[in-house]
Amino acid sequence: MNIPGDLKYAKTDEWVKVDGNVATIGITDYAQSQLSDIVYFEFKVDPGESVKKGGTAATVESVKAASDIIFPVSGKVVELNDAVADEFEGINSKPYETWFLKVELSNPADVDALMDAAEYEKYCEERGH
Amino acid sequence: MFIPHTDSEREEMLKEIGIGSLDELFTAVPKEFRFPKLNLPPALTEMEVLAELTELSSVNESTRELMCFLGAGAYNHYIPAAVDAIIQRGEFLTAYTPYQPEVSQGTLQAIFEYQSLIALLTGMEVSNASHYDGATAAAEAAVLAYHHFRGKRSRIVLSPAVNPQYRAVLRTYMSGYAGLEIVGDEAANSPFTTIEELAKLVDVNTSLVVVQYPDFFGRIQDLTAFAQKVHEAGALLTVVINPTALALLKTPGEFGADIVVGEGQPLGIPMSFGGPYLGLFATKKELVRKIAGRLVGETEDANGQRGYVLTLTAREQHIRREKATSNICTNQGLMALASAVYLSLLGKHGLRQVAELCYHKAHYAAEKIGQIAGFEVHTDGPFFHEFVVKTPAPVADINLHLLDHGILGGYDLGKDYPGLENHMLIAVTEMNTREEIDTLCEVLQEYNHG
Amino acid sequence: MAEPTIYEISSEGRIGVRFPEPDVPRTDLPAGLERTTLPLPEVSELDVVRHFTHLSQLNFSIDGGLYPLGSCTMKYNPKINEDIARLPGFAFTHPLQPAETVQGNLALMYELQEYLKEISGLAAVSLQPAAGAHGEFTGVMIIKAYHDANGQTHRTKMLVPDSAHGTNPATSAMRGYEVVSVPSDSRGNIDLAALKELCSDTVAGLMLTNPNTLGLFEEHVVEVLDLIHGCGGLVYGDGANLNALLGVARPGDIGFDVMHFNLHKTFSTPHGGGGPGSGPVGVAEHLVDFLPGPNVVIAEEGSEDEAPLFDLAMPAQSIGRVKSFHGHFGMILRAFTYISMYGAEGMRQIAEHAVLNANYLLAKLHKTYHVPYDRICMHEFVMEGVFEDAPGVHALDIAKRLMDYKFHPPTNYFPLIVHEALMIEPTETENKQTLDQFAEALIKIAEEAHTQPDLLHSAPHITPIGRLDEVKAAKELVLCCWYPEQD
Repeated sequence: MNIPGDLKYAKTDEWVKVDGNVATIGITDYAQSQLSDIVYFEFKVDPGESVKKGGTAATVESVKAASDIIFPVSGKVVELNDAVADEFEGINSKPYETWFLKVELSNPADVDALMDAAEYEKYCEERGH
Repeated sequence: MFIPHTDSEREEMLKEIGIGSLDELFTAVPKEFRFPKLNLPPALTEMEVLAELTELSSVNESTRELMCFLGAGAYNHYIPAAVDAIIQRGEFLTAYTPYQPEVSQGTLQAIFEYQSLIALLTGMEVSNASHYDGATAAAEAAVLAYHHFRGKRSRIVLSPAVNPQYRAVLRTYMSGYAGLEIVGDEAANSPFTTIEELAKLVDVNTSLVVVQYPDFFGRIQDLTAFAQKVHEAGALLTVVINPTALALLKTPGEFGADIVVGEGQPLGIPMSFGGPYLGLFATKKELVRKIAGRLVGETEDANGQRGYVLTLTAREQHIRREKATSNICTNQGLMALASAVYLSLLGKHGLRQVAELCYHKAHYAAEKIGQIAGFEVHTDGPFFHEFVVKTPAPVADINLHLLDHGILGGYDLGKDYPGLENHMLIAVTEMNTREEIDTLCEVLQEYNHG
Repeated sequence: MAEPTIYEISSEGRIGVRFPEPDVPRTDLPAGLERTTLPLPEVSELDVVRHFTHLSQLNFSIDGGLYPLGSCTMKYNPKINEDIARLPGFAFTHPLQPAETVQGNLALMYELQEYLKEISGLAAVSLQPAAGAHGEFTGVMIIKAYHDANGQTHRTKMLVPDSAHGTNPATSAMRGYEVVSVPSDSRGNIDLAALKELCSDTVAGLMLTNPNTLGLFEEHVVEVLDLIHGCGGLVYGDGANLNALLGVARPGDIGFDVMHFNLHKTFSTPHGGGGPGSGPVGVAEHLVDFLPGPNVVIAEEGSEDEAPLFDLAMPAQSIGRVKSFHGHFGMILRAFTYISMYGAEGMRQIAEHAVLNANYLLAKLHKTYHVPYDRICMHEFVMEGVFEDAPGVHALDIAKRLMDYKFHPPTNYFPLIVHEALMIEPTETENKQTLDQFAEALIKIAEEAHTQPDLLHSAPHITPIGRLDEVKAAKELVLCCWYPEQD
């Protein structure tokens, strides 16, 4: 299970990379392995939209399941990675190199509330598989 | 009675389980509720039930005895013998939903062919495996549109010329969505509102516009310009269709419809007092992931052999649960099969023939009725196989008179449209011979003078 | 060998069924509206019959063998049902015919309404909904309408057990409710303590399947209903598992406020490869006015010599129409025929033998497969399709291997709360020999899982096709077999 040390993690299996006031969001290796082969991806927000922590960012679908990508932080959507909608195989093969969207943080404390790599690893172990 | 157990088998089984009697199987049921006495008639054997129900069926008057000029959403068409022969095959009839594709290729391929036939018939890019009926298909189109715009557009524009039952069901389905307004078909509106008038109601807050083609009054018109207006406002256009008509007429796909829904009963399904029928649902490619209901897709097995599976199942209730946009599970599989067989049996040549027969006979009937004093054919402009007649007396009275002569008269439009008392909707299909149409006219003539 | 598609066997110019030439003068087609190409197949009638006959031979079906799908109640579909549905006096009636001309149909629908009331112990029934999920939607709408009529619009939550069928939460969400999941306890019942925590005046109700999807009768059903009623909520009964309760217990007696029936499960109407079904809804007295409509009522009472006059009417505060016309009359006919052949005693015998068959299989299998809930089951039971000492073998492999033994697999991976679930429901129409063979096959497969697991991984071997690539299907999305450009 790949869990890079320099990222923050949400309980809903998104990873967050913070650069100044901008958070880049994707999903973890654990998440993509649970979903198995992804066949579809769809954004649920537009650039410029204000979003709240806990809201739905996107939907990702495999043959077994459909999952919502949840915003781990609040803020304003500044960029969507449109390439993902066409090349979603990258989500499975390179989950940490495939980002979905960038959010300008409205509340930097949101990031502190997330787990670090060690906490996330423990959390994954507790869940089994 | 289909329980096979013998006394000795029952004993052996109880022993294997380790209990003494059948009653012990139900100890978890609270005593106060256990084994109620049901007040049902005594059991009948197959022989007796057939006799009883044959007698009950003979109480009815059916379109076997009556000449049928009634349509309004269900139509009297000829069903070739081979349709029933195929759907009665136990391998189709008693199979389950094809969740295990290796043992369900028959059902899966048949549905795949059905999807193809409907997509091609409607001029659209993709069809689902069916909805319950035309009305619920129309309602699901409204649900699709709502989610397509993520709930941000709150207006639905409905033509009053859409089947009244469809509009009612759509309203029932959408009553759970807060802040939605459905406009266009209010009682005060003229039922013959033109689509140009309707277009004025379409704004940037509109998610969906629904029109019917041929409309409830039988009328047909080109929808290209109307579709453009709908799309200029960024809304989706749903067209409710009659599948027989599409053999003859330009398709909604050509007009630019986003969604096509309709009632598939005319395609080889008996009228059977209203059901089971077949909800047709077809869309443009872009909307495929938003479609409710099952989809069958083509794929391969490990040896490269072509096969079929239920696909995009992640949209459906058994995976998505509360996030599914629709809860539909069982649909109308056997009816979809019936229509696929019907469309195959008739084919390019036959379906066109049936449509032409309906068209020419309806126009012949309209011409003749228009010549009867007191009766006025209200339909100006092109129509398919139904038309409106203004009658000299209440439709119910005229229909009573017609029944006495073995004729099932048209639909009383006054029931659904306050301004249309004394207006009858008459349907003519390939099943009505010239003699029948002439008889109808004679009896109507007689009514006016008698 | 794959069967070609109907388009692949088309031959330009070939004609199937013919119709007469018009016996009336022709009218010109409307200008600019005529269709120019009609891309339908061109095949002969024999082509069609052979094609669909071949397709049918690729299917597994109840007529062909055991189909032990849990919660689907794959019982024998009596052939007499088919004959009766085709009686011309029934099949050729138009839904909008005047009531006086279809008294036979209306009388039959009225009687089925009465039978279902009697079987369920509820006060009124609507036959309009087209399927179980449709019935659920109707029922949830009735609950909402009732609360709204009583000014209880703050009730925004619907409680749904974690073992529930997916249609339950999907339906609640469709109606705008917030779905709150209720956990199960170690005996497979609803966790009463958890339920108590969740009960409040923001709860509209609970959707409960009883017996539940584990095949177990809710041991505290009275307490569960009391808790929900106590906080002002209503209880919806998912009737999918009614086969275990016929003549044994009536949901209305127990206190359910509203429920749906699955005529295509409990009442033998055929599954048809995915429908049509029929999902009538029954309600307790306080909900009678909210039913969808129109439903059949007695317009004029009968007498000794005369039958009553039946008609259709909308209930006083109806939620409205949920479907065109009156419901799936063809399935209503079949269910009526079925109940007529059993009577009151027969109803109870159905439940007794359905439950007997399930417990018999359970007794034969529980030493080989792990059964998480160790008590007498109802008409179905759930076991785990994994073995600690045979890693790599999953429920899916067992299911696929069963096909090689000529059995349709049971339901797998449902309910979600059992790991690698295999849910087995034999129904009452299977005889002891079939059950013995089925148990034997499962025991053999368990052995194979330990000694020859590859046989399972590569199964099925004898079916017309092997395991299919579902990822390819979803990615490439080929949903249509012919395109005009190919002409």
